[in-house]
Amino acid sequence: MDFRTSFFYTVFWKRFRRNRFALAGAAVVALLFIVSLCAPLIAPYDPAAIDAYRVLLPPSASHWMGTDELGRDVFTRVIYGTRISLYVGFVAVGIAVAIGTLVGLISGFYGGWIESVLMRFVDIMLCFPTFFLILAVIALLEPSIWNIMLIIGITGWMGVARLVRAEVLSIKERDYIMAARSIGASDIRILLLHILPNAAAPVLVAATLGVGGAILTESALSFLGIGVQPPMPSWGNILTSGKDYLEFAWWLSLFPGLAILVTVLAYNLLGEGIRDALDPRIHG
Amino acid sequence: MIAYLIKRILLLIPLLFGITLITFAVIHLAPGEPVDMQIAMSPKVSAESRQRIREFYGLDKPLHVQYGLWLGRMARLDFGRSFAPDNRPVTDKIAERIPVTLSLNIIALALEFGLAVPIGILAAVRRNTLVDKGITVFVFLGFAVPTFWLALLLMYLFGVKLGWLPISGLHSLGSERLGTLAWFWDLAKHLVLPVGVATFGSLAGLSRYMRSTMLEVIRQDYITTARAKGLSERAVIFRHALRNALLPVITLLGFSLPGLIGGSVIFETIFAIPGMGQLFYQGVMMRDYPLVMGILVIGALLTLVGNLLADICYSLADPRIRHGKA
Repeated sequence: MDFRTSFFYTVFWKRFRRNRFALAGAAVVALLFIVSLCAPLIAPYDPAAIDAYRVLLPPSASHWMGTDELGRDVFTRVIYGTRISLYVGFVAVGIAVAIGTLVGLISGFYGGWIESVLMRFVDIMLCFPTFFLILAVIALLEPSIWNIMLIIGITGWMGVARLVRAEVLSIKERDYIMAARSIGASDIRILLLHILPNAAAPVLVAATLGVGGAILTESALSFLGIGVQPPMPSWGNILTSGKDYLEFAWWLSLFPGLAILVTVLAYNLLGEGIRDALDPRIHG
Repeated sequence: MIAYLIKRILLLIPLLFGITLITFAVIHLAPGEPVDMQIAMSPKVSAESRQRIREFYGLDKPLHVQYGLWLGRMARLDFGRSFAPDNRPVTDKIAERIPVTLSLNIIALALEFGLAVPIGILAAVRRNTLVDKGITVFVFLGFAVPTFWLALLLMYLFGVKLGWLPISGLHSLGSERLGTLAWFWDLAKHLVLPVGVATFGSLAGLSRYMRSTMLEVIRQDYITTARAKGLSERAVIFRHALRNALLPVITLLGFSLPGLIGGSVIFETIFAIPGMGQLFYQGVMMRDYPLVMGILVIGALLTLVGNLLADICYSLADPRIRHGKA
């Protein structure tokens, strides 16, 4: 354990700290967490408060991002939307990583027909245009935030499965696995204690990048009206009214989109930063 | 070559079975029978059409028989009749939409390739200069920007503010009275925004990939040799490096197809383009099962064909693949 701690502090952190983009990404991600936790404290209005006298007002001192077609404060709704995007990002990616890791571990470790069957299944899943598959499942289920997270998760695990399998294939040939086996460790113990921790780094990178992707998918679904349902505010469904009132209210389109852009960018920079700091080949 | 092709096509068969199995599973994923579900969602479905669906899916038979029957119909591309009021065969409805979506995606794919390759080469050749950094910023923005939002902004700028481009449909009202040239000009103006947005969405990934394969190739010995024998940098990059750097990009282009086809749902809906994506979206909103399942299968088939084409191109470009094990 000592070694890993020292690796983290000396090598990883040193490299990561030098990467300004990655640090900026990490800072934005941290800020988003704070914003979503403290949304009621930061937001100046009630996200659902309708005001018929203040409909579609342009940005001003009292409404920083203007108001929507029902007179609700857009800034407040964007702040609350942070929560949705974080929920969806983390839960969907959590599901994807769980399934992908399990499939990857099993197929890499056991090989043989189990591996063939599982990897062919991965190939087949990859044949479907992901967005089509998601939409088809949504057609069967009620659109709700929980179903969205579930669907994005179960249609997005294939990359992780391939990644983990490749890692396992190389790890299982190493001496310490042989050593563990020779002292009589069970398969489960070897998988969970010796292989999984050593395969975790690339999964962490894929997961961080995956959060950005999941947020993009959720916002697209909500924009199309089959994701998070109003009145619950999500960046995607604010943009739906943005489209409806495009000619009269540019602020309805601009701000939620910027929020998505900045958030996804932050996760991608963070993910790439972690990858560069973990991969010695890049920094020589 | 022929042997390779046959092998490659035979490998498709298990994938085809898998695709149908998953689609079949998706239909049966819904709690209860698809019929009950349909009735619950849309009270307009009559008892008569309910019976028809029942017979069509063979819902009174055991599961494996149902799958067998369904598979038989799939083989004949018979997806049943749409639940929509027009009640037409799903195959016809999809067939009239496919050309629009395919041509849009092919234009976008060509543009994507045509732009990503030079951008990637430029970034690799000018590595760590201002040019490379500028391209990197662009790539990161490209990864993070929601394409539907970009579409909205461009619609606002070019359609609403400047009034330069039309923002919906493929043709202006009354375009059928225009001359051939004017008709094409009208169509082209309608295509600028949707094709531009579709291209931009996948440009970032491909150009970044091009940059990294190019960097990989430039490090090889034969490039050093080419430089050492005094070839101009232009000849080294375009004659020696580019060909080898392009190979993996061809495969990636094949893989970007599902993303493009899937993305067509979004931009066809935004720009009101009568393609397969828009049809699919309407099908989902109306819970038109036969239609949704039909497009799901067709979408997967198109992806398979795309990957096959990419593989064939790859084997044409790389003799190592063609002649057995590389």
